[in-house]
Amino acid sequence: MIKKITTPDDLIRIKKQTRTFEKVPEKGVHVAVGMNTCGMASGAKETMAAFRESLAYYDLDAKVFRTGCAGMCFYEPLVDVFLPGQPRITYKGLSCDGVSRVVEDHILGGQVVENWVLAQTVVGDKRLPGIPTYDEIPYCRGQHKIVLARCGHIDPEDIYQYIAMDGYAASAKALEMDPEQVIDTIRRSGLRGRGGAGFPTGLKWQFVREAKGHPKYIICNADEGDPGAFMDRSILEGDPHAVLEGMLIAAYAVGATRGYIYVRAEYPLAVERLRKAIQQACDLGLLGPNIFGSDFSFDIRLKLGAGAFVCGEETALIASIEGKRGMPHPRPPFPAQNGLWGKPTNINNVETYANVAPIISNGAEWYAAIGTPDSRGTKVFCVTGKIKHSGLIEVPMGTSLRKIVYDIGGGITAGRAFKAVQTGGPSGGVLPEALLDLGVGYKELAEAGSIMGSGGMVVMDENTCMADVARYFLSFTRSESCGKCTPCREGLTRLYEILDRICKGNGHADDLDRLESLATTIKDTALCGLGLSAPNPVLTVLKYFREEIEAHIFEQRCPAGVCPDLVWYRINADRCSGCGQCRRACPVEAIVGRPKVPHEIDRMKCVKCGTCLEVCPPRFHAVECVSGQVADEPQAVSSER
Amino acid sequence: MAKTISLTINGKRITTVPGTTILMAARQVGIRIPTLCYHPRLSATGSCRVCMVEVRGRPTLMPSCTTTVEDGMEVVTANDRVLEARRLIVQLLLASGNHNCLTCQSNGACELQKLAYDLGIEALAFPARSSGYPRDDSNAMIERDPDKCILCSRCVRACQEVQVNEVLDFGYRGRRSKIVTAWDLPYAESDCVFCGECVSVCPTGALTEKQAKFQGRPWELKKVRTTCPYCGTGCQLDLNVRDGRVVKVTSDTLHGPPNYGSLCVKGRFGYDFIHHPDRLTAPLVRHKEGFRKASWDEALDLVASRFSQIKQSYGADALAGLSSARCTNEENYLFQKLMRTAIGTNNIDHCARL
Repeated sequence: MIKKITTPDDLIRIKKQTRTFEKVPEKGVHVAVGMNTCGMASGAKETMAAFRESLAYYDLDAKVFRTGCAGMCFYEPLVDVFLPGQPRITYKGLSCDGVSRVVEDHILGGQVVENWVLAQTVVGDKRLPGIPTYDEIPYCRGQHKIVLARCGHIDPEDIYQYIAMDGYAASAKALEMDPEQVIDTIRRSGLRGRGGAGFPTGLKWQFVREAKGHPKYIICNADEGDPGAFMDRSILEGDPHAVLEGMLIAAYAVGATRGYIYVRAEYPLAVERLRKAIQQACDLGLLGPNIFGSDFSFDIRLKLGAGAFVCGEETALIASIEGKRGMPHPRPPFPAQNGLWGKPTNINNVETYANVAPIISNGAEWYAAIGTPDSRGTKVFCVTGKIKHSGLIEVPMGTSLRKIVYDIGGGITAGRAFKAVQTGGPSGGVLPEALLDLGVGYKELAEAGSIMGSGGMVVMDENTCMADVARYFLSFTRSESCGKCTPCREGLTRLYEILDRICKGNGHADDLDRLESLATTIKDTALCGLGLSAPNPVLTVLKYFREEIEAHIFEQRCPAGVCPDLVWYRINADRCSGCGQCRRACPVEAIVGRPKVPHEIDRMKCVKCGTCLEVCPPRFHAVECVSGQVADEPQAVSSER
Repeated sequence: MAKTISLTINGKRITTVPGTTILMAARQVGIRIPTLCYHPRLSATGSCRVCMVEVRGRPTLMPSCTTTVEDGMEVVTANDRVLEARRLIVQLLLASGNHNCLTCQSNGACELQKLAYDLGIEALAFPARSSGYPRDDSNAMIERDPDKCILCSRCVRACQEVQVNEVLDFGYRGRRSKIVTAWDLPYAESDCVFCGECVSVCPTGALTEKQAKFQGRPWELKKVRTTCPYCGTGCQLDLNVRDGRVVKVTSDTLHGPPNYGSLCVKGRFGYDFIHHPDRLTAPLVRHKEGFRKASWDEALDLVASRFSQIKQSYGADALAGLSSARCTNEENYLFQKLMRTAIGTNNIDHCARL
């Protein structure tokens, strides 16, 4: 292998010499196990160890590889089996117990194990009957992978596999261009920041290039803090070099010599893989002095964040790198003029950088042809919540929410009805069913009162109370407020307090106005993006789910049956068979009744845990959760009856 | 010629230099924008959001203390949108902690109180919530009451930027936020040197001079400008006097040399000797049984006659003068003049040289 890469030809030589695990040698066997955090949480480590053990036991000429997340977190552990001349077979949910069967039946016996098979990837014209290809799986249809293209196809800890899949070719190409040409390409591609605000990336780079000051810095914002968002983590764990390469190109374009990746310490695997990737890139001369034999030098350092949500805000992040408390400062001045250590600084997030190399390789026009006129390219979303297939998807901008929720996400769990989807993390807006045909784009989401954010998408079903949801998100943002500006520090708490009393049935008639004016003023006066967007859940809930809030205030009723203070449980005597399941399950002995006689709930004792409702056999459906109906005064039921 | 910038504030055309903030530009033409976290000696942080103004074309209100002027900018400092936002911000601050003006040491000198009055706030819009943090009563000089703190961070910046002691910073998050010393220790156990810079910039009653507590309301105090006697720097002090007694020392010389409003622990807090019963108020002359009170004329005559005796018997160089660093330059000058011309010796030195 080449010791140092000094010319683009060196890259081509490495590419020729390197086999990714997708190219199986004759008589060889390759097994690739998804070893991102999601895979490991589902037992991928054990699955991998079991493969190693089993393959060694049969003395097979086999290699076991680790790979990143292909996006289908709900199917982890995912395992790919490659046999020479055979389609690649992907197994889902393969715990270590199933490994020996896969080895014996499939690898040794040539028979695909149907229990766990998910899909095949056809090689040549050889297709196995009865197994869908990826394109035939609804989850994958409609996706367009640019950022996640390599995730699941390479070992993220091996730079050679990255190079084998055209890695660092874009940086070689970029370094032969003028920096202005590079910026122009990014500008023409229409790429906008994927961190939330959607500022045009090319324009930002141009500002940094034109800014006076030396040295200049590049920062990668990998402080992904939105609950339920893990796009950046998956990219860092599955394809870390894509981010390094994007930073390298950006540094060349803006004239920076040092880069920082600000990554959360709560992402230990991403940190480890980034460390290895930086080391490998340094070893090969792709980072450090005189890259590709040019006079351009660039190095990257890691800075670990300590878990403050606000440090995702760029000025707070910069303060944190400088060793100060992570608190934002007013912009202007923007980091492009006055950033890290007061120097011009370009700051983009992980996904933005991961888009850079493909744009340089394939051209601005190729990228600009994807998506909508306002929002070009693709976007990675983390679809979570009450959805069948929660995981990572990459779709062209403009894809409708309906397609994401129903076609890709598989619809709502347990056959329930869709109620709302929240885009953009805890400070995004909550959008109702009527807006499901909205295409995802910066402008479209903003007009609907929400934000693109970094790509979190939380799906909610009919059993979700929107007052409770707004309260929940406020409880998050108010405790993550840095405390600097008044509207965010004090205002979010007051919003929370009002929502809390509404959820408890103590809302006042003027609380709706109070919420609205407070939320609007916070959005008008807060210092940074956290405070400016935190009222979004409240405002969208008021806009789209107003009746539900009104029901809480004026009828003391929670229509979704969620708010504990507004619901109570009763047993429908006509339906109850007296089976006693609820009586036995009740943790506070609030249910009384003799066998085969309808039971009753003592409302004085009931703690509204809902266990009785859960355990009541569906054929009876006797336990009811009731809210807001005029009820008899709660009466203690004698247990001797 | 330097570039100038032209903008309008409340319809008034203003020409100023680049880099000027909206707040400064407005002040130049006599338009008053209320502020709270802003302080002329400190960097602007734009954190309290009281000075928000409307700038045409900007989606949100802008803090006038940090937003610099741009050509063609149209600023409105007090329309319904601005005033409503400002009132709500002050309402939020009034309801945070326990702002009980009745018993507050800063009553009458409190900027939050004044703002609330100026904005016509009659009643609290939100129930007041205590911060839950106890008062820091750990030392003899400064009392800290987190329940009166509005987290404007003036004290933090004063400590970091003016005194460069860097004792204070924000701690915790959200509504639990608090201005803390390292490890959130009381002042007495922290690195604090008790210069009192934080007290001098505090806009509310969160930081107050402990010795002055219950000694006089701001409007009862008469301020007497003097020079600090502790060292030769010549810091300008304002003795806050009530009924002939110094109850507090401040320095209101914000823009004036040499101290620009700053003081050290001695200048600010070391004034208890003034009314101390042990203080010497008349010359004492030693005699067999001890000391006896004398008039200044008697005491000075005695010193002069003894000095003359020594000079006659042993020559002028038998005498030497050592002056004090606590004297001003002028006093030191006069002292050496006295030694050289009246006594006739060059034996003159100064303690700062030792």
